[in-house]
Amino acid sequence: MKALSKSFQRASYMSKRLVALSIALAAISAQAADVTVTVAAFPAVDEIVKAAALKWEQKNPGVKVKVISRAYADHHTAMTTSLATSSDLPDVMAIEYGYLGRFAQSGGLVNLSTLDARLDQQLKSLVPYAVAQGTFEGFGQVAIPTDIGPGALFYRKDLLDACGASEKDLISSWDGYLKTGDCIKAKTGAALMPHARDIKDIVIRAGVKAGEGVYFDANGKSVVGTAPRFQQAFELAKQVRERGLDAKINAWSNEWGEAFKRGTVASQMMGAWLGGHLANWLAPDTAGKWRSANLPNQAYASWGGTFYAVPQKAENKKEAWALIQYLTQDVAQQQAALEKFNAFPALVQAQEGASFNAPIAFLGGQSARAQWRESALKIVPTKVFKHDAVAEEILNAELDQVLLRGKSVAEALKDADRMITRRARR
Amino acid sequence: MAPYWLLSPFLLLFLVFGLFPIGFSFFLMFQAWDPVQGLSSMTYVGLENIAFAIEDPLVWLSLKNTLWLAIVSGLPQHLVAIPMAYFINEFLGKWRNAAMGAYFLPYITSTVAIAIMFSSLFSTDYGVVNVVLTHMSEWPLVGWLFPGANVDWLGQAETIKPVVAMVVFWRYVGFNVILYVAAMQGIPRDLYEAGRMDGASNLRLFWHITLPQLKPMMYFGTVLSVVGGLQLFEEPFILTGGRGGLEYSGMTTAMYMYRTAFEFNDFGLASAISWFLFIIIALLTWLTNRAFKDRTGAA
Repeated sequence: MKALSKSFQRASYMSKRLVALSIALAAISAQAADVTVTVAAFPAVDEIVKAAALKWEQKNPGVKVKVISRAYADHHTAMTTSLATSSDLPDVMAIEYGYLGRFAQSGGLVNLSTLDARLDQQLKSLVPYAVAQGTFEGFGQVAIPTDIGPGALFYRKDLLDACGASEKDLISSWDGYLKTGDCIKAKTGAALMPHARDIKDIVIRAGVKAGEGVYFDANGKSVVGTAPRFQQAFELAKQVRERGLDAKINAWSNEWGEAFKRGTVASQMMGAWLGGHLANWLAPDTAGKWRSANLPNQAYASWGGTFYAVPQKAENKKEAWALIQYLTQDVAQQQAALEKFNAFPALVQAQEGASFNAPIAFLGGQSARAQWRESALKIVPTKVFKHDAVAEEILNAELDQVLLRGKSVAEALKDADRMITRRARR
Repeated sequence: MAPYWLLSPFLLLFLVFGLFPIGFSFFLMFQAWDPVQGLSSMTYVGLENIAFAIEDPLVWLSLKNTLWLAIVSGLPQHLVAIPMAYFINEFLGKWRNAAMGAYFLPYITSTVAIAIMFSSLFSTDYGVVNVVLTHMSEWPLVGWLFPGANVDWLGQAETIKPVVAMVVFWRYVGFNVILYVAAMQGIPRDLYEAGRMDGASNLRLFWHITLPQLKPMMYFGTVLSVVGGLQLFEEPFILTGGRGGLEYSGMTTAMYMYRTAFEFNDFGLASAISWFLFIIIALLTWLTNRAFKDRTGAA
């Protein structure tokens, strides 16, 4: 019995030592990776961060990166809820341009200049209009751009050739663009653009003065009823529909993809990133037939873009900022994101080099990135407002009334202005 | 204390996910709150949200759409499910369970999968529906009944609602078939035997025995259809790309409420709309209750 008791005591002593040892080991390993920076992102930003995190973790021992991936809309809904309740906030939040106004003016994001005294120097290395988009009066620089979407006109060269027109004919003026569309329609049967709304979207964005928004002036007052660009945009969209130049297809629908595959739509105005989508999945078999040009009528506009921000309640602000710096300031990292995911760099220095200027096979060997870089520099920074989404919604509904029900442009804009003003008061 | 401990998991979940959201949305109805500004940014605005909702033309338009969809998708569910259940119950014998399973399948299929499937079927240029219809338009004599050109089903205001209603009908008719078959199995067989001995035809048996006996289940099914129809969200949301389609013709009140909250960041107004919808659902449920009450007062 005694022997048994002794051996039991010894075993008990041994197991206690083992437990103590394992606790100590766990403590050491915890010390080795005591900080985990969480990044909440949507596709393909999540993939960009995951790829970058491997290298960054090697350079920063003891810091791990955890990426929380959600679908595009789900991500922004989740961030809205997190900001509302100040819970489950990540250390780094990816924000798409369309949501920036709402999130930035929430007061829930850190003014990045408080994290880094040298922020101004770093901002100089980025495309100016995108930096301005991340700045908000009273809140400072709350978001920093990582990729941008300079607007471009993608067109089918073969369809343009069929009516003997040149790129100059297509882009010199809106009138020239529509006339070329008439010709393409007559010779090939293809529509000039997917939807008449496309031309409205670009015309209302062209000519916005610096510091003003698309729908609101610097003071937040609706300009839909007064700014001539809205009148012109609606008139042009109406002409497009009357002349049968649009295919009445919404972007991102099944028909949209099919139209590109079958060549029933001759052009699309969108962010430069569309080139990557066309080549990778929308219409890979049409390689060599597409070209990129500047937007018609010397218009310059941006289509989306991704920003990084740090929530006020983030636990690891210092590490979060260090990671953001790597993601936005490292030339190799920004170029890798361009090569793998078609994320056009916001870092000017990454818009250089042989690979950047290399011909793009899908665009018939065109060195289109240089063209997009030039147009990005000409984009005027516009202000974003939290009511932009609802203003866009109201304006689109009124345009539908003009296109479908014959409502007069003047009346439609008057109604839109009234409804936007009513909403903006809230 | 034991009963309370045993009940506590349910009570806790009900408090957190049931009672609290109801109370919180009632509270929010009287607040102006942009959620991204945090909980502390709420300000009391009295009845402003309710006044705004009443004057908002989109609230009324979405309500009109919702009622249209609830009736057009809901009523045929019962009109088709009852005779179908009678047929399955009386004539299919050993195939009864297989038939019920087949009709029930859409109900348990993911809404997203259903909506994607129907989006493809109703695609303007490449959808099977248009291919079949344009082919049928070439038939002799009856060809004029069918459209000769492709119909933009989900892209024009006039056709969005019928397509959504058809998908909702297709999805829920099987659920109602199950309800009615279950109710029919509870009808005493001797009633039918007595009817047959008196020389009643199948139609008369259905009309004079089955239908009156189904009344309690019809009441239950109608209430479910009224409540479900007025809360319709998933099918129109996915079929119209989340925006309600052209001229908002497929935007239901539940969809507008969601968009107001999560796209326009106006939780106060969204809460007011949700209570508005609740009042209408309560009113229509009460009316259904009244309609099904017999002279003795029992439903």
